[in-house]
Amino acid sequence: MKLFDQIWDFFASVKLAIFTLFTLSITAIIGTVIPQGENAAFYVKNYGAKTAQFFQILDIGDMYNSWWFLTLLGVLTANLIVCSFERIPKVWGIIQADNLALSAERIEKMAGSRNWVLRPGQLQQFSVEKFLTDHGWRATSRKETSGTCHFSQSGRWSRLGVYIVHGSILVIFVGAAVGEFFGYKGTVMLPELVTAGQIFATKTRQPIPLGFEVRCDSFIVEFYDNGMPKTYRSQLTIIEEGKEVLTRDIEVNTPLTYRGITFYQSSYQGYQDFIVRIQKIGDQQSTLFNLPFQQQEHWEEKGIQFGIVNAEAIGQRVVRSKLWFKPGNQPAVVEWFDDNRDRVLQVGDDEYRVLVKQMYATGLQVAKDPGVWIVYFGCGLMMVGLYMAFFMSHRRIWLYCSTDNAGDRLVLAGSANKNKQAFGKTLTELEQGIDKAIQG
Amino acid sequence: MDSSQLIGITTFTFLLSALLYVAILVFNAPRLGRIATGFTTAALLILTAGIGLRWIESYQLGIGRAPLTNMYESVVFFAWTIALFYLLIEWKFKVKSLGAFALPMAFLAMAYASFSTEISRNITPLIPALQSNWLIAHVVTCFIGYAGFTVAAALGVMYLLKNTDKTGPGLRTALAGRLPELAVIDDVIHKTMIFGFIWLSAGIITGAIWANSAWGTYWSWDPKETWSLITWFFYAITLHARYTRGWSGTRIAVLSLCGFASMLFTYYGVNFLLSGLHSYGSG
Repeated sequence: MKLFDQIWDFFASVKLAIFTLFTLSITAIIGTVIPQGENAAFYVKNYGAKTAQFFQILDIGDMYNSWWFLTLLGVLTANLIVCSFERIPKVWGIIQADNLALSAERIEKMAGSRNWVLRPGQLQQFSVEKFLTDHGWRATSRKETSGTCHFSQSGRWSRLGVYIVHGSILVIFVGAAVGEFFGYKGTVMLPELVTAGQIFATKTRQPIPLGFEVRCDSFIVEFYDNGMPKTYRSQLTIIEEGKEVLTRDIEVNTPLTYRGITFYQSSYQGYQDFIVRIQKIGDQQSTLFNLPFQQQEHWEEKGIQFGIVNAEAIGQRVVRSKLWFKPGNQPAVVEWFDDNRDRVLQVGDDEYRVLVKQMYATGLQVAKDPGVWIVYFGCGLMMVGLYMAFFMSHRRIWLYCSTDNAGDRLVLAGSANKNKQAFGKTLTELEQGIDKAIQG
Repeated sequence: MDSSQLIGITTFTFLLSALLYVAILVFNAPRLGRIATGFTTAALLILTAGIGLRWIESYQLGIGRAPLTNMYESVVFFAWTIALFYLLIEWKFKVKSLGAFALPMAFLAMAYASFSTEISRNITPLIPALQSNWLIAHVVTCFIGYAGFTVAAALGVMYLLKNTDKTGPGLRTALAGRLPELAVIDDVIHKTMIFGFIWLSAGIITGAIWANSAWGTYWSWDPKETWSLITWFFYAITLHARYTRGWSGTRIAVLSLCGFASMLFTYYGVNFLLSGLHSYGSG
């Protein structure tokens, strides 16, 4: 049992907390200086074979998930739990204490207490309850043989603030663990018009089935005049059991969540293929084609032959492309199209609404994290706890009225567990109030 | 009149404010106090107008975004929060001498913003990652926290200056005599640190929520995130040392300076010395 007590005391100590936080801070710096998540060859090349081997032993390349860093976080967790078990009962005792059970002598002995000896009859004129209520202290009282004890307090629950902060850190850890064990992070590169039923885990590259399918209907990238990227936007359609259930645009800060799985816009890739959308004016629907550069396509249903014969690009990005278009026996037309801008093409008596765009693939981050709401709850709890711990204080006021042979007597005392200076002023005001009341 | 002129004017007004506060201290001229406060308030108002005008200008350019998105704008906003927070502390705790330590910080920030050749002062549009409502919440909470830590550090310097051998002759002894009591400085250091700590917590949380909505990960141990956590740990340690081990005075004053160094590295050093997700902050 003695060993258990020693271990308990070790984990309950603030010294351990300070040591752990300090060690976490110092070691966390390593990962900000040495690039994380690179392959073994990178570390050999940049730090030499010997150092790289050392890195491997200590898992420096993935240090925030290494056994020793997680152990430190584990020590912090144990510290927070044991420390709370150690201290909360005592604090709970103060919160639930019977503050009316104090004698006049005990109150008198408190720091900063004051006492008034009254002439006979003076106490009758002075309504203690009303006085305290007028000063913002709703009091309870208890009559005893020696006199009446009045007591009022505020903010007693604020004593739990610090434990709420400690608890919130544990809640955040639980949320992170839930995400780690019941969720995943992955990516998928989805070319336009392609449907995927699985994605690939970020770390292991193993396929993860989604349980439904996702199709990229289109991807566009827009630029500001100065060339900076303005928008990356993908239109995604969710397909479940062969049925389209949802179509939504996603952008970098507006992901799409379906069945707990969230799709984030993260990257893109341009191809040398093209997407052509054709709608004969008068028809209900348009039809999409995916064709390689300078290759002829035949739409047999309408008897149309077409192809992209030329294109202009800035870097990898096509800005306009030249379409060769020949419906039936009509003579072919050849025209330039701005990328992703539809317009009407007149061929003989027929009109066609045509759109030509470069084909892209959208890069999606895919995350399933059932723990995120636990983490957010922990964050909220932390802010509440911090507010309680730092901005609220437990203030207590005792006013004891006693009557004995020597005459009537008032004893006033108070205490606050924080911001004692401000409370001192409050207490002084009360004293002055009593001075005035008993004189008047 | 455009925003850069207003912001440029403030740089010099902050310099004058700082000099006035130093003059009050050095020449023992408390009568200048009101002028210094008035001057600083005016500078803050001009800077507020400048930041507001920059916001309006961004709309005129068809960009339309809060002026909090690159290093230049963040340093200007940093100076703004320092000046505002200082004035609030001066008003609440009646410590004018703090101005001689806090205002130079605001001036240095403004001078860096106005004269550095490393950073761009153009109003540029937002890249997709920054197009979020969390931007304002994240930046504002972080910088209120930074202002708290900066003023705490200014108070730390003040404490160390005051806490000297008071018998000897010389300027330092004379200056020390004009500073508030050690207990008062110690108390205000503690309070400003708590203030900064709470806002840094809020800043880290808003950043995490934003990261999750943009990338699907609320914490990715990116250098900026990690350093903000290191700073948070540092102040957590300091607060524990005070509450449970009774640390105060010189020790806390020194810690306020170390914490400030960590904060400064989180804010500034990371952008230039380390690479990561916050790289847009370096331009």
